[in-house]
Amino acid sequence: MSFFDYFRSKAQPTSAELAKERLQIIVAHERGARANPDYLPQMQQEIIAVIKKYIAIDQDQVSVQLDSNDDCSVLEVNVTLPD
Amino acid sequence: MAKIIVVTSGKGGVGKTTTSAAIGTGLALSGFKTVVIDFDVGLRNLDLIMGCERRVVYDFVNVIKQEATLNQALIKDKRTDNLFILPASQTRDKDALTQEGVGIVLDELAETFDYIICDSPAGIEKGAQMALYFADVAIVTTNPEVSSVRDSDRILGILQSKSRRAEKADEPVQEHLLLTRYNPARVDAGEMLSVSDVEDILAIPLLGVIPESEAVLKASNSGTPVILDNASDAGQAYDDAVQRLLGKELEHRFLHAPKKGFFQRFLGGK
Ligand SMILES: Nc1ncnc2c1ncn2[C@@H]1O[C@H](COP(=O)(O)OP(=O)(O)OP(=O)(O)O)[C@@H](O)[C@H]1O
Ligand SMILES: [Mg+2]
Repeated sequence: MSFFDYFRSKAQPTSAELAKERLQIIVAHERGARANPDYLPQMQQEIIAVIKKYIAIDQDQVSVQLDSNDDCSVLEVNVTLPD
Repeated sequence: MAKIIVVTSGKGGVGKTTTSAAIGTGLALSGFKTVVIDFDVGLRNLDLIMGCERRVVYDFVNVIKQEATLNQALIKDKRTDNLFILPASQTRDKDALTQEGVGIVLDELAETFDYIICDSPAGIEKGAQMALYFADVAIVTTNPEVSSVRDSDRILGILQSKSRRAEKADEPVQEHLLLTRYNPARVDAGEMLSVSDVEDILAIPLLGVIPESEAVLKASNSGTPVILDNASDAGQAYDDAVQRLLGKELEHRFLHAPKKGFFQRFLGGK
């Protein structure tokens, strides 16, 4: 690291730091998905299809998520309705 | 009881075959009867890295299909006592391996060997799953690079759900991280993930760090496992990893770039 890099690194992460941050996010996401039941992706698609039948929305305005903790699982459907 | 060790990674080209050859040789040198099996059916390479390519007659698939006996297919290493190689077939594809067939061959090997090293093909599909299914121990070979780390995490998921130990709800496969092609100078410059970065993400115990080394190419040119080059950094790092696998506690080496001398720095040498 050169003298100038030292000052720059205060503002900007190094490329290794950036890599680590991106990895932490994607790996956590993929580990979460691993624990999901096999039917989840299909069910997500079908729920989205039903909503789309009635409301004109984009795919990315709907999120269907399954969160589990020790004693219960919560299926959360979030729809951002157009104005 | 034989121990089955899979060398696996998900991503291709990270150093699985180099590692299988080195660690297999190291275990044999430590006095354990060891066989290294090439699971990369269709892309046989372990034979070249171990320098026995001209002695292959029968292969793993021949044994599974009962076209040859194990004794006919096993190649005894010429340099190292206690060391044997079971080559992959070059003409078949990965479907030639069946779980039942692999299980029978491993059982037979387990009668006479102390260690069975399975050199996995790249990927997370059938070939890789076959190589890891029967494992007691996994050496997850990873490069300090985003796609390799991510793929290693996926392989860990498969070890935890699709291995025989997972299916039978036995004690889980023992997981070890082997970080290879490590370049300490680039880590110091903030250009490469560090050992602790990768440990933080994968959260499995560290077996060793193998530096990026010219000795590896040289070793493969001559078909000599790099661990036999005991003057080299990579050879010594593999040797340490073998000792740790056998339960010794050794400090990790080669984690830092050699300090440049005054004249080297002055002349801008590397
Ligand atoms: N520590 C190292 N330093 C320098 N080069 C290395 C190191 N380890 C491996 N290599 C090189 O990386 C390349 C890939 O190595 P290797 O064949 O062992 O990987 P692999 O994981 O078995 O690949 P595949 O997924 O295709 O089976 C080879 O050219 C090898 O020489
Ligand atoms: Mg290989």
